[in-house]
Amino acid sequence: MTEATTSGALTEKVAGATPDSLARPLRGLSDRAIAWLFIGPTIVLLLAINIFPLIWTIWLSFTNYRANKPNAEVKTVGLQWYERILTDADVWFAMQTTAHFVIWTIVIETVLGFGLAWLIDKKFRGHGVWTTIILIPMMLSPAVVGNFWTFLYQPQSGLFNYAVSFFTGIEPSSFQMLGDVRLSPWAIVIVDAWMWTPYVMLICLAGLRSIPDYIYEAAEVDRASPWRQFWSITLPMALPFIMLAVLFRGIENFKMFDMVNLLTGGGPGSTTEVVSITLKRQAFESWRTGYSSALAIILFVTVFGLANIYVKALNRVKQR
Amino acid sequence: MSAADQAHSIVAPTSLMRRVAGALVIVYAIVTMIPLVWIIATSFKTPPDSIAYPPKIVFTPSLEGYVNLFTTRTRQSPEMLAQLPPPTTWYDALVRSRNMVIAGPSNVVPRFVNSIIIAFGSTFLAVFLGTLAAYGFSRFRVPFKDDLLFFILSTRMMPPIAVAIPIYLMYRQLGLNDTKLGMILLYTAVNVSLAVWLLKGFIDEIPREYEEAAMIDGYTRLQAFRLAVLPQAATGIAATAIFCLIFAWNEYAFAVLLTSGSAQTMPPFIPFIIGEGGQDWPAVAAATTLFVVPIFVFTLLLRKHLLRGITFGAVRK
Repeated sequence: MTEATTSGALTEKVAGATPDSLARPLRGLSDRAIAWLFIGPTIVLLLAINIFPLIWTIWLSFTNYRANKPNAEVKTVGLQWYERILTDADVWFAMQTTAHFVIWTIVIETVLGFGLAWLIDKKFRGHGVWTTIILIPMMLSPAVVGNFWTFLYQPQSGLFNYAVSFFTGIEPSSFQMLGDVRLSPWAIVIVDAWMWTPYVMLICLAGLRSIPDYIYEAAEVDRASPWRQFWSITLPMALPFIMLAVLFRGIENFKMFDMVNLLTGGGPGSTTEVVSITLKRQAFESWRTGYSSALAIILFVTVFGLANIYVKALNRVKQR
Repeated sequence: MSAADQAHSIVAPTSLMRRVAGALVIVYAIVTMIPLVWIIATSFKTPPDSIAYPPKIVFTPSLEGYVNLFTTRTRQSPEMLAQLPPPTTWYDALVRSRNMVIAGPSNVVPRFVNSIIIAFGSTFLAVFLGTLAAYGFSRFRVPFKDDLLFFILSTRMMPPIAVAIPIYLMYRQLGLNDTKLGMILLYTAVNVSLAVWLLKGFIDEIPREYEEAAMIDGYTRLQAFRLAVLPQAATGIAATAIFCLIFAWNEYAFAVLLTSGSAQTMPPFIPFIIGEGGQDWPAVAAATTLFVVPIFVFTLLLRKHLLRGITFGAVRK
């Protein structure tokens, strides 16, 4: 900013007695000043709504503050919450549940998504239209998706139960997708796969389309079998993109909240209680603000670590 | 790479392979669309039809779900109903046929209005700030540029649930709790990271020569930005705006944790559309249908930019 004003003063001196045009003060703004003027507001907003709350969370995680008793005396408790979380069997169980969800959704979505992308890349007639149709689920709100899958999973009248019973002959009212301890985790995995397979597909498709034709032509000249071409060309060349999709889904599903909250709310019992649900219960139902802040920091550090790996992978993809 | 190039290459898939691939993809697309088609069909069923077993594929369409969505109703005894003057409108008649009278409008319209105000407000702000910042990052030497860009991206990685507690406390101090302004600012902050990354990609593709030519002609940097860059970036700005709009329209986690009444948007509200004696599924389906229609339109508009949008513009198609 200072540079801008000095250079402005300089132009004024040079201009001497001639009357200043209205454009002059703008003309005097150095590129550097414009850069900060343009970038500044965004940075300030992010500091106010993301970084400031984050720092506040760190501070809260060392105190016994409770959000439902704002006037109570606040005492610092050191690392007590962190110790308690890391030795809490329930938190470890929630971590395991989260990990199971992340692994299963990634496996299913990657296999299905890559398979679909590979098929679409064959460029059959009308592939554009069908690709667009397939992409619709991922554009929907998790609230809407969670709701109508709850409807489809109704044991008496739900279409999902009816379809399963139609193909297997199992009595539709004899299994409750959302109420059964063994089935409810799978109910969530199915919905997540339904919603996010298109996402993986889209990224894989970009990967497949980035492979130049001449490589396949060369392989053809060398009489490589289609099988060999797939394993030696297609898969390795598309791998960075598949990794990208896996990492992105990994990060997203690690913080999975909406779908679980809507479909099961963590139940039955605590079979689908992922870390975000534990966090919500501690923060907004038990009002243990300090404890939940510490848990939030642990969750954030984990996601941030994954995000770092993600950006490194992203750069590698971009360099190719 | 167009279809024509493929056809000329010696490794073009055979037409049989293409047909098999096409058939498999179409099967997947149809299966994946069944839940959505089912919910739209349910919005035109009567409550008894919606929970019939076996599920009804053929049914007489009814607008009862939509009437139930927009009104609150009270149950009346047949004697009471007989005393009332005859119904004047078709929806009055429809509700009376179920032994109920319309007591007033439901909360749905205010929730819809909230969704519209918050989604459009935050989109406008995010795109405005994002365009300026993206231009800044694209054209100027900014110290710690890569670090700042990573910082902006990383804010999008934050789990909403992890920052919701202090935002709740901060908003309580500032009086922004459960206000539209608070939600607009929050969604702007979440969206601006996507806007900067996406728009930087679009602006990077506009040759610098345009602005340089304008500046040689005597325009200032700001005039050059307005006259030479903005028109060129218009498509990119529009695509970015639609991505931001979709996010703000669909957002659920912050909305459910931070709003309770006056600023509540549609997503946290839909599960609470309950009729007498359990969930009124046609009404829920009607709300869902109305809510997803804009998304269909936007998805079609976005086709070409989808990949960029979901990867922060890092991968181009």
